[in-house]
Amino acid sequence: MKLRSAFLLPARVWMALFFAAPLAIVCAYSFLTRGDYGGVEQPWTLENFTRLADPLYLAILWRSVWIAGLATALCILMGFPLALFISRAGKRKSLYLQLVLLPFWTSFLVRTYAWLFILRDTGLVNTVLTGLHLISTPLPLLYNDGAVLIGLVYNFLPFFVLPMYATLERLDPALLEAAADLGARPLAVVWRVIVPVSAPGIAAGAVLVFIPCLGAYLTPDLLGGGKSVMLGNLIQNQFTTARDWPFGSAASLVLMLASALLLSLLMRSRVAKEIM
Amino acid sequence: MPHPVLELRSLSKEYPGHKAVNNVSLTLERGGFYSLLGPSGCGKTTTLRMIGGFEQPTSGDVLLDGSIVNNLKPYQRDVSTVFQNYALFPHLTALRNVQFGLRERRAKDSEPRALRALDLVQLTAKRDSLPAQLSGGEKQRVALARSLVLEPRLLLLDEPLAALDPKLRKQMRAELKAMQRKTGITFLFVTHDQEEALSLSDKLAVMNAGRIEQFGTPEEVYLRPATAFVAGFLGAINWFGKAGVRPESTRISRQLPAASECRQGAVESTLFLGNCVHVNVRLEAGDRVIAEVPREDNTFSEGETVWLHWQPADEMRF
Repeated sequence: MKLRSAFLLPARVWMALFFAAPLAIVCAYSFLTRGDYGGVEQPWTLENFTRLADPLYLAILWRSVWIAGLATALCILMGFPLALFISRAGKRKSLYLQLVLLPFWTSFLVRTYAWLFILRDTGLVNTVLTGLHLISTPLPLLYNDGAVLIGLVYNFLPFFVLPMYATLERLDPALLEAAADLGARPLAVVWRVIVPVSAPGIAAGAVLVFIPCLGAYLTPDLLGGGKSVMLGNLIQNQFTTARDWPFGSAASLVLMLASALLLSLLMRSRVAKEIM
Repeated sequence: MPHPVLELRSLSKEYPGHKAVNNVSLTLERGGFYSLLGPSGCGKTTTLRMIGGFEQPTSGDVLLDGSIVNNLKPYQRDVSTVFQNYALFPHLTALRNVQFGLRERRAKDSEPRALRALDLVQLTAKRDSLPAQLSGGEKQRVALARSLVLEPRLLLLDEPLAALDPKLRKQMRAELKAMQRKTGITFLFVTHDQEEALSLSDKLAVMNAGRIEQFGTPEEVYLRPATAFVAGFLGAINWFGKAGVRPESTRISRQLPAASECRQGAVESTLFLGNCVHVNVRLEAGDRVIAEVPREDNTFSEGETVWLHWQPADEMRF
């Protein structure tokens, strides 16, 4: 056996056992019929996919796209200036990058739970506001779309900032000088040069945020309560309470294919160069 | 009397540990082609960047048309820079690149003006090409048009020919000069190539270690260099004791010449350069010198004993 194959063997075995095989199972399940107590039975059917076209599920799909899109937009709005600032910060760059990565020192779950303690009726925000007598009854901050959005943006902002930073870092400073030299004020330099030149980086970062947001289930589950159902929650429900594995598999596949389509579009465009 | 287009008064730029530009004073009259010539690290680019507004002087003043512009940002100064690597906007076509500054000034006729500028640099055919689709020489022309279209008081050129191949460089050199004459805009050209500076400039400033060593016409700096550095930087020089003589002014003969001063030496080697021949001679004192002779006069062979002499007028002393 060649050395190259030997080195790749562990990863190959791992991917075959824990990625390819489960994916094949999900794929097969999505064409089967649900069993009475969970599990799957014959006959083979396409019904799981046609059910997804039901207005109820289309609404959930649309809702997921809308919330993920909004979270992505907020990440761009906050992340772009932040990445620009860091890329121009000179010696402090690495310090600021560390700060962006700081949340990763604790687990995703813990961070999301922390928001519960900040947003709930007896949480930090409401306690402070009532203590200052600015409000008499607690603000409904938790268990709504706003809370889900906060959670998603908080968790995925670094995924936008890092590729954006990498793009802006490589931006030729002479371009900015040339723009200023030709009469562009700082804001015009941002709009007319930095944004268009770094557009592939913006797109790359946006996709890196949008795809995980689209499939998010923990954040909407914890911060949205039962009310804010996204595609991820739908899938989770099918495998747990609803015991409809085939339908859950079909929904998973659709989500995966949509993400894969988006990624392949990204890879084909010049955006790919930015994250490769 | 009108103000000079640019005046530098005791301009200095200090970085921690070294003085990049040291007390530079310079006056440029309108409509001339000027060069800042010097080796890399001599402070010429820093000087240019202070004029453009990209660096703040540590002390001294930059005056444009008689007013101090030290505190004006690049976008507030009526000067334009052609950058060394062109700095074309990669997302804009040649035409849009040229239009950039005009649009920033809200000029209504930006497109026809930009087209005229592209025509001036003979690039009308490439108006819709992106920079990535242009050759080095074409990028150079777009960068030039982008600055010229704004009709700045002063055009700064930072080693604009350095990235081009030698043949193209010579062609662009001629075009630059023609462009300057045609537009009447004052050019300040930074280069480390003495041939470029000599052939292009009405006057050139030779810089070394942050200072201007000499400012004069090409003839003055070449034939009457103010310092040994200038003499050596502008061309090869033979040292006969304290007297410096250019190789083309150094005569060589087999007989003792009837000159007031001459030196004896032995031919070490001859170098055929195409249009002439360099005869390398080792003097009795041990110094090596070069005599440039016409091709047909090269009858010298290695080891031969020769005499070197020169006209007193061609001698430089510092």
